[in-house]
Amino acid sequence: MKLGRTAFKESRGEADLFRRRAFAGFFLILIGLVALVGRYVVLQVQRHDEFALRSQQNSIKPRPIPPARGLIYDRNGVLLADNVPAFRLEATPDQVPDMDKMLATIGSVVPLSDEDIETFRKQVKQGRRFDGVPLKLKMTEDEIARFAINQWRFPGVEIVPYLTRRYPLGAHMAHVVGYVSRIDADDVARLDPTRYKGTTHVGRIGIERSYEDLLHGTPGYELVEVNADGRVQQVLETHAPTPGKNLYLSIDVRLQKAAEDAFNGRLGAAVAIDPRNGQVLAFVSVPSFDPNLFVNGISGQDYHSLMTSEDKPLYNRALRGVYPPGSTVKPFVALAGLEYGVRRPGDTVLSTGEFCIPGQSRCYRDDKQGGDGTVNMVRAIELSTNTYFYRLALDLGIDRFSTFLRKFSFGEKTGIDLVGEVPGVLPSREWKATRSKAGWYPGETIISGIGQGYWAVTALQLAHATATVAGKGVPYTPHLLMRTQDGVDAQPLDVPWSSSGPSVITKTANWDVINQGMTAVINGVGTGKGLGIGFPYVIAGKSGTAERFSRTTNAYDTRKSTAYLATRHRALFIAFTPAEDPKIAVAVILEAGAWGAKDSGPIARKLLDQWVVDEGGERPAPPASSALPPPAPAVPPPTQEPADPSELAPADAASTEDTP
Amino acid sequence: MIDTFAIRMQRFARRVLRRPRVDLPLIGALIVLGGVGLATLYSAGGGNMGLVVGQAARFGLGGLLILVISRIPPPVLRSWTPWLYVGSTCLLMVVAVLGEGRGAYRWLDLGVMRFQPSELLKLTMPMMVAWYLHPRQLPPSWKDIVVVGMLIAIPAALIAEQPDLGTALLVVAAGAFALFLSGMAWWRIGVLVGAVGAVIPVAWHFLHEYQRNRVRTLLDPESDPLGNGWHIIQSQIAVGSGGVFGKGWQQGTQSRLEFLPEHTTDFIFAVFSEEFGLVGVIGIVLLYAFIIGRCLWIAMNARDTYSRLLAGAIAMSFFVYVFVNGGMVAGMLPVVGVPMPLVSYGGTSAVSLLTGFGVLMSIHANQKTHS
Repeated sequence: MKLGRTAFKESRGEADLFRRRAFAGFFLILIGLVALVGRYVVLQVQRHDEFALRSQQNSIKPRPIPPARGLIYDRNGVLLADNVPAFRLEATPDQVPDMDKMLATIGSVVPLSDEDIETFRKQVKQGRRFDGVPLKLKMTEDEIARFAINQWRFPGVEIVPYLTRRYPLGAHMAHVVGYVSRIDADDVARLDPTRYKGTTHVGRIGIERSYEDLLHGTPGYELVEVNADGRVQQVLETHAPTPGKNLYLSIDVRLQKAAEDAFNGRLGAAVAIDPRNGQVLAFVSVPSFDPNLFVNGISGQDYHSLMTSEDKPLYNRALRGVYPPGSTVKPFVALAGLEYGVRRPGDTVLSTGEFCIPGQSRCYRDDKQGGDGTVNMVRAIELSTNTYFYRLALDLGIDRFSTFLRKFSFGEKTGIDLVGEVPGVLPSREWKATRSKAGWYPGETIISGIGQGYWAVTALQLAHATATVAGKGVPYTPHLLMRTQDGVDAQPLDVPWSSSGPSVITKTANWDVINQGMTAVINGVGTGKGLGIGFPYVIAGKSGTAERFSRTTNAYDTRKSTAYLATRHRALFIAFTPAEDPKIAVAVILEAGAWGAKDSGPIARKLLDQWVVDEGGERPAPPASSALPPPAPAVPPPTQEPADPSELAPADAASTEDTP
Repeated sequence: MIDTFAIRMQRFARRVLRRPRVDLPLIGALIVLGGVGLATLYSAGGGNMGLVVGQAARFGLGGLLILVISRIPPPVLRSWTPWLYVGSTCLLMVVAVLGEGRGAYRWLDLGVMRFQPSELLKLTMPMMVAWYLHPRQLPPSWKDIVVVGMLIAIPAALIAEQPDLGTALLVVAAGAFALFLSGMAWWRIGVLVGAVGAVIPVAWHFLHEYQRNRVRTLLDPESDPLGNGWHIIQSQIAVGSGGVFGKGWQQGTQSRLEFLPEHTTDFIFAVFSEEFGLVGVIGIVLLYAFIIGRCLWIAMNARDTYSRLLAGAIAMSFFVYVFVNGGMVAGMLPVVGVPMPLVSYGGTSAVSLLTGFGVLMSIHANQKTHS
């Protein structure tokens, strides 16, 4: 109020002051504008003749030469992506006398789909009238020949050579390498216009996307002389572009194919990692798709069939598919018990078939009716004794539980060099707080201990966690890029990758215990019994069978048909070998498998067999099928569902374990 | 509840359309300017109607904004000012954080649309300075000048960091003009200008290499005929070859044959000069001068300090656009991203400019005689 009065008092003086200033300001502006016009007078009157001449003679202009995109190889130099010459049909709107007539008649020479024409019309509308617009990409030889004869009928339409991307291995590597596709309006806003002058394609997903910077290269330019119509007369000077770097991935194509074959068309994902450095050796998502379809614009029909396929071939299950890990988390939980000093290896727990929270009537079941008896840690991992891990999780408490398991990148992105990774879910108080106001229940800790409840992991996370344990606790961010190369003749350079954090395991003795337990899974009487037969090294592993649906009754389900169970279960398997000095770690997830060990285990084994061959060994004899564990009854987890958590738990998050 | 709101909105819309409170000479000048802009754009875009329609749609949106904003009384605008200023500065910080390590990063993606928060500052900056000076004793003391300096420097530094020197310049100018119009003593202006002059060598040190190159190239364009120099040389050839009467609409060879880069956006004035010649240049400069003068006249008749300073600052910063862009095209000033107002193609700039004119109309509608 006081200020207001002051302003009012002074308002007349201020208005005058302003008036003077406004005049002064306008005067200065006029001076500025006169100066500006003066400059135009200099250019347009005084120096007009000079510039008019230069404009007339302005016939030399730079034209960008897009760089050749870097090639992509696997670790052994198998070509995964290269550039091949191709021809496209291009029309320059300015030079086409009658666009509609041309479009109506050209179809008899070069078949065009309605879609081609629609895209063309759209681009003509957006582009400049004297810029060429592609009518059809990747013409066949037949089409080229036929058009060449008829070209005189179509002024303004011509055949233009260009380099197109090709993926020789097609679907095998689609989920890793990804693909390039035409630059669209969104890309134009995102990309550096100088670097992308003349470039038509950009990495869309996969390695093509994440290493776009390395693969793209730097454009060069040539000085060309043009005539009055802007047509190029001759090239005067060429400054060659710098091609993009060639990339060597850590993937071994042989391993990749072996793993893919082992799936035999069943949906799922498998990832193999070298625990000594985090190199991803195989990265499989089944089914896959042909990336070549996308390069020159996918037809509506192809796209529709890919999008509507029930198997979702475009979906990268290894990177983005999340599944309850089930019992595969048990070794990690056991390690948490050791590291926090909550368990000593010799501590035993009596498994009676049912575990109840002290003081509560809620009970959680073992897999085997009657339980496994008295078990220590090694035995508990071997037999996958739920009770042991129910109690361990409860003793750890959810906070220590999630703090420790987060070190394996559960619940967060592993940081692999692919775009679109999902974090999954690690059960924790913080995660639940973002979803629900209800607090954390002890029952949720218990079921988290056997990999069910809120848990959701990707095959990549599981493989990374397995590799971290296998590598004696030293985590390496999983990565695909191994070497880069400047041009085909240059020496490839290793890309340095170092461990991404301190070791998760503080005592070697702890590692020995986990290793012993996981070795017993395969080589003792554990769930994976028989999977190691005929293999030259000792395999350590752990199976997991996660239910896709929560139980609705207390009755034990006695139906044993594998086909029936496969509709209800997800089968998981993790393994590493050689157990004493691990060199490869794998994780396999089958979307619809009856049992982790019986269904996913053999996939892991086939992958490891191929690895032995790749390492120079002889192909191991496959284990006799009779040696594999027999299917066992599915056993429900809790006898009584914990009331609140079950409401929040995803429908397919319940988990159980196959019994030996 | 919703009904009454709808009815109220309807009434408001009817009022806005039936009795628009706009200054007709100013609106007329803007329409002429917009028409010239669209015609030039059609030619510069190589006959691309899509470009013209898109720009016309933005003008339409801007016109609607003028009508709506002109109904908001300046005291209401004044009460919103601190929030608008703080809000837009916060958005700048968001962009700064998001853009960490990503090179030039200016856009905020809202999903449906993307916009540059720095555009908002072109308006909220003079509003804030006017808001601050409104209750003070004028001419401003050193203390007030320092405070205003801080108000200007913080967002300007954030914008310059993006890096977007052109917009930073416009934002600083808008704030500085408000200070100038408040009657800051000439000797104090002299001291400040001297100080800024002394700081320039230091600032040079903080410029990005590409920005320094643009200044260097200006001094000697022939040294880099294919990089930055290309813009300057080709643009001058376009302007100079236009002569007194120009080559005629759609007859400019420089842009048509793609010698002239950015010919629909920052360098569109070169196309204009080539096709309409010195006569066209003088004509359009007169049009701009008329618009600025008319805006200053509205400012002089405004009811209070806030409205005066705001209107005056908007008017004078309009000049900066014209001068910097025109100077750049003629090879007189370095290449910075400042568009030619209402002629250059580009959505955000056209809409934010017209929003500014909406504020002017509101000030016009609420001048002394009305209250």
